Amino acid sequence: MIVKDMMSQFDLFQPTQLKDALGILDSYGKDAWKMAGGYDSLVWFKERIKQPKAVVDLSAIQEMHGIKETADGVEIGALTSLTTVEHDPVIKAKYRLLSDAVAKVASPQIRNAGTIGGNASQDARCLYYRYGLPCYRAGGNTCFADTPEGINREHALFESDRCVAVSPSDGAPALVALDAKFVLKSSGGERVIGTEEFFIGPKVDITHLTSTKPEEILTAIRIPKTWANANFYFEKVADRNTWDFPLVNVAAAIRIANGTVQDSRIACGGVSAVPRRLTQVEQILKGQPVNEQTAKIAGQSASRGARPLNYNGFKIPLMENLVMRAVRDAKA
Amino acid sequence: MAYNLIGKDFTPMDVEAKVTGRAKYAEDFRADNMVFCKTLTSPIPHAKIKSIDTSAALKIKGVIGVLTADDVPQFPPPALPILAKDEVFYVGDPILAIAAESEELCADAIEAIKIDFEQLPHVVDPLESLFPGGPNARTAGNVAAGQIKLQTVKWDAADFAAAGDAKMPMGRAAEEWAYGDVDAGFKNAKVTIEETFVTGTYSHNCMETRSTFAYWQGGKCFLHGSNQSHTAAIANIARYIDIPPENLVFIAEYCGGGFGSKIPGYPNMAIAALMSKKINRPVMHRITRTDEYGIGAARPGFQGYIKMGFRADGKLLAADMYLVQESGPHATAGDFRAAGNALTMMYQPDACKFRSVPVLTNTVPMGAHRGPGENQFAALVEPMFDKAAKQLNIDRIAIRRINAPDNNGKIGKDRGPLTSAFQKEALDKAGVMFKWAERKKASGQKTGNKVTGIGIGQGYHSAGTNGFDGLLRITSDGKLHVHTGIGNLGTYSHSATARVAADLMNCEWENVVIERGDTRKGLPFNSPQAGSLSASTQSRTMYAAAMDMKDKLTDIAAKTHGGQPADYVLGKEKVVHKSDASKSLSFQQAAEKAIALGGKYSGKEVPEDLNAITKQSVAMIAGSGLIAAAKDNMPRVGVTPGLSVSMAEIELDLETGKFEIKDMICVADCGTVLHPLGLGHQISGGNVMGIGMVMERHIYDPKLGIPASVGFHQGKLPTYLDVPVEVGWGAVEKPDPQNPIGVKGVGEPVLGSGAAAITSAIADALGGHLFNRTPVTPDMIINHLAGRPPAHKPLQVNTV
Repeated sequence: MIVKDMMSQFDLFQPTQLKDALGILDSYGKDAWKMAGGYDSLVWFKERIKQPKAVVDLSAIQEMHGIKETADGVEIGALTSLTTVEHDPVIKAKYRLLSDAVAKVASPQIRNAGTIGGNASQDARCLYYRYGLPCYRAGGNTCFADTPEGINREHALFESDRCVAVSPSDGAPALVALDAKFVLKSSGGERVIGTEEFFIGPKVDITHLTSTKPEEILTAIRIPKTWANANFYFEKVADRNTWDFPLVNVAAAIRIANGTVQDSRIACGGVSAVPRRLTQVEQILKGQPVNEQTAKIAGQSASRGARPLNYNGFKIPLMENLVMRAVRDAKA
Repeated sequence: MAYNLIGKDFTPMDVEAKVTGRAKYAEDFRADNMVFCKTLTSPIPHAKIKSIDTSAALKIKGVIGVLTADDVPQFPPPALPILAKDEVFYVGDPILAIAAESEELCADAIEAIKIDFEQLPHVVDPLESLFPGGPNARTAGNVAAGQIKLQTVKWDAADFAAAGDAKMPMGRAAEEWAYGDVDAGFKNAKVTIEETFVTGTYSHNCMETRSTFAYWQGGKCFLHGSNQSHTAAIANIARYIDIPPENLVFIAEYCGGGFGSKIPGYPNMAIAALMSKKINRPVMHRITRTDEYGIGAARPGFQGYIKMGFRADGKLLAADMYLVQESGPHATAGDFRAAGNALTMMYQPDACKFRSVPVLTNTVPMGAHRGPGENQFAALVEPMFDKAAKQLNIDRIAIRRINAPDNNGKIGKDRGPLTSAFQKEALDKAGVMFKWAERKKASGQKTGNKVTGIGIGQGYHSAGTNGFDGLLRITSDGKLHVHTGIGNLGTYSHSATARVAADLMNCEWENVVIERGDTRKGLPFNSPQAGSLSASTQSRTMYAAAMDMKDKLTDIAAKTHGGQPADYVLGKEKVVHKSDASKSLSFQQAAEKAIALGGKYSGKEVPEDLNAITKQSVAMIAGSGLIAAAKDNMPRVGVTPGLSVSMAEIELDLETGKFEIKDMICVADCGTVLHPLGLGHQISGGNVMGIGMVMERHIYDPKLGIPASVGFHQGKLPTYLDVPVEVGWGAVEKPDPQNPIGVKGVGEPVLGSGAAAITSAIADALGGHLFNRTPVTPDMIINHLAGRPPAHKPLQVNTV
């Protein structure tokens, strides 16, 4: 332990303009740390595990706040608070899946200050990683969780590649199900990428859960109108009923016509380093009637390929049940 | 006797102070020239300290001083030390303290300190330590407790082989007792229940971390601390600082949670005091949540075995229990004894055998947590009674009722008497409140993917003692000052028991001044604020003082108006002749007379049998009014038990393993109810903490010995959405005959009955399946429902 709960010194920047923020990132490079609501950042700082030279507090950059409907869907500023996203009339009316998901994040106090961009960008909560041990994700060359006695109750079932940490976000699976796009700006320009490119697993980069580069800032998240007013289902199961990370969650957007599934996008969180898109389940569902039987098969299929660890085998039946409920109970 | 104040609700003065933020806790104080201090704690679960080099740290500008184990009083191991000397025993073990102008500088300085550790084998699982060749938590041994000296105990490999994975191995006990013929009891039993179980350890999680602020003036140490008890803690705190008790000024008006971890003061308090003495500046030692996790204590865990033999009508004929206790690294945990005691008390077995081994572990130091030993025991064993009831085909209240203690009940291995017990009445009353006869039909009923579970739980803790000093004072403005040294854990018993004095003195509540929280106010030696003691003990203490006050008032009246003291009675804030109303003295007049008379009336003379602290306190206020100071010498024979019954209805979702508590009630056998709202508050809080026992956890990586449950969210404390909106409550309200007001305490049993009602309800929802473990987590339920084996081994600890 030595000493904890006391931040080290850093230079704090609070730019009001995006280009100034990007300039600071260019100057400081690896020594800079981007902070939005601070609910991930401040924990690292207080633990004295991350000790950046410069912290760039983005919260004063006005253009990154706010929700606006566009011709193609809706654009949400990355700094928009989770509470604002939850209660936005357009989100609630057309993209209720996202509202339902962010409503389950953490606690009301955290939702008031936490941002949608921060929620999507949040780092893994593996206890060994958060303890500051020199694991793969921390740039080292071992994993403490995937060991014979490792405490890996909250860890991954799928696509582990040396690291078995999971994406702990509730917002992220909903963004995957809604086929969200992520706007990343740097001094050099802008790129817009989909969820498959934004959320990354250990095979792509074992030290990051998202592909935002150090010189980039996630400025906005765009929800295309593809899934507007679909049938939606979000559910989160956690140890506690508030202020807790998901053990497993599910986000589903399903197009139903005449009682039959036309198309769907379904993602589970808490089972992999990225929100796990259930493409096989989506294929199985196409053209199937929405009933108990279909829901059950969807659920059972969802867990195919799972590789349980010492303590997380329960996530298999839990994931199956959540996917079954998503198909059975999705509502417009 | 009809009371004006006792049994009525009132708003304690604390409430406004806390809600407005005016209440000052230890960390709210400041002084000129104050510095901060922080501790360096061990990053290793078990190691020898080879060398410490603070030179780089002391060179940092603004760093004022360092305090190591060499600078503080030593207590013979395995007592809890102020700072670790030579050997560290858990991640978070404080090694030294740094004082600096700011906390940031303290942290920077701490990181500049070089410590050379020699890592030693560590252990987080008691059974691992008992296995031959297994690691010891201390180089000097692996077993210790109060009255069990530090020693090394290893069982035989054969003990473990005989048990297999699923059963508790049972080697040589460190402490054991028995009464009656246990073998005969089992032979005659119709149904025998035999279970292996684990109760999880978890932190006290006090919202207020135990910060301390200290400075010295005129040879005295002024210490602002966070503590449950007040005058009962003086001697101990003084001992930690190595000063005579009369040189300690202890200020502790509010305590943001203790739950047993802040009873008699604690060694950590001395750091601010001793640092302040060393550097000659006031020192603020703020404890962070991470610090608090280490030094803030935790409920000890059990790996246990119990066998119970029941007669056809449900009577418990014989019980045999073996407990291995996870104790942390010091001899600080007596839960194992209390659990054995609880077995004899709650169920009155005809014959009983108890064996135990308190094992040391390289986990945080453990100590009493609300209902220590009794409550973990209740949470695990109550559902076993449901299992027996099912096998015997008798009602689940009936099986508890036939075994419940009554006024003829006995306690402990020596079968000692009780002052009263009305648990049968509590069961009956709870059954009516909960509509048991109807409700039990819902057991196991499915609605869609949800299933209903109905649970019953019982709790016990001893709840009253005697022998302490009461101190009352009437000043010449006519006010009755109640001097109370019990402390302020947050139960408001300082006020509830003051109302006993006010009622007996026939005094209006508005004219009562409560003197508390600061030794400079002249506080008597009172019981610790712990062990469900205050309501009962302080009531009788107040009674003793009130009787002394009455005697003095009638004495003074006779001296003033003639006749005998027996000719006079108390009126409303006055003393008056029985047959001549003109012969009276107001409180005001009596106080003035007392000051003039001096001697015992104004506190210039005190009874010899008062505690030294009380005598000093009387000396502080002598001459300032009419003073009553008396020891409670009234007899009390037997244990005074606080008992409770909780009932709960849950709805468990078979697809997610999560359950919702739909309804929960609790009925307490706590004698006369002093403060109904206060009782409701104790019951609600206690039952919520009972829910907490079923959720909260310690997690240690066994290989690394590092904790993974440090914060509130990792420890999984219940939130508003995890508990029912209301916990219905009631009381038996039969007075205890050995307390002048009839009061018994209630703080602890209500946690146990609450926890047990939940574990009972979960088992009921799952068709009687016993997890035999706390906490009970969604993954355990999901695995069970899916037919998957549990992730943990049956006796595994510090894991989920």
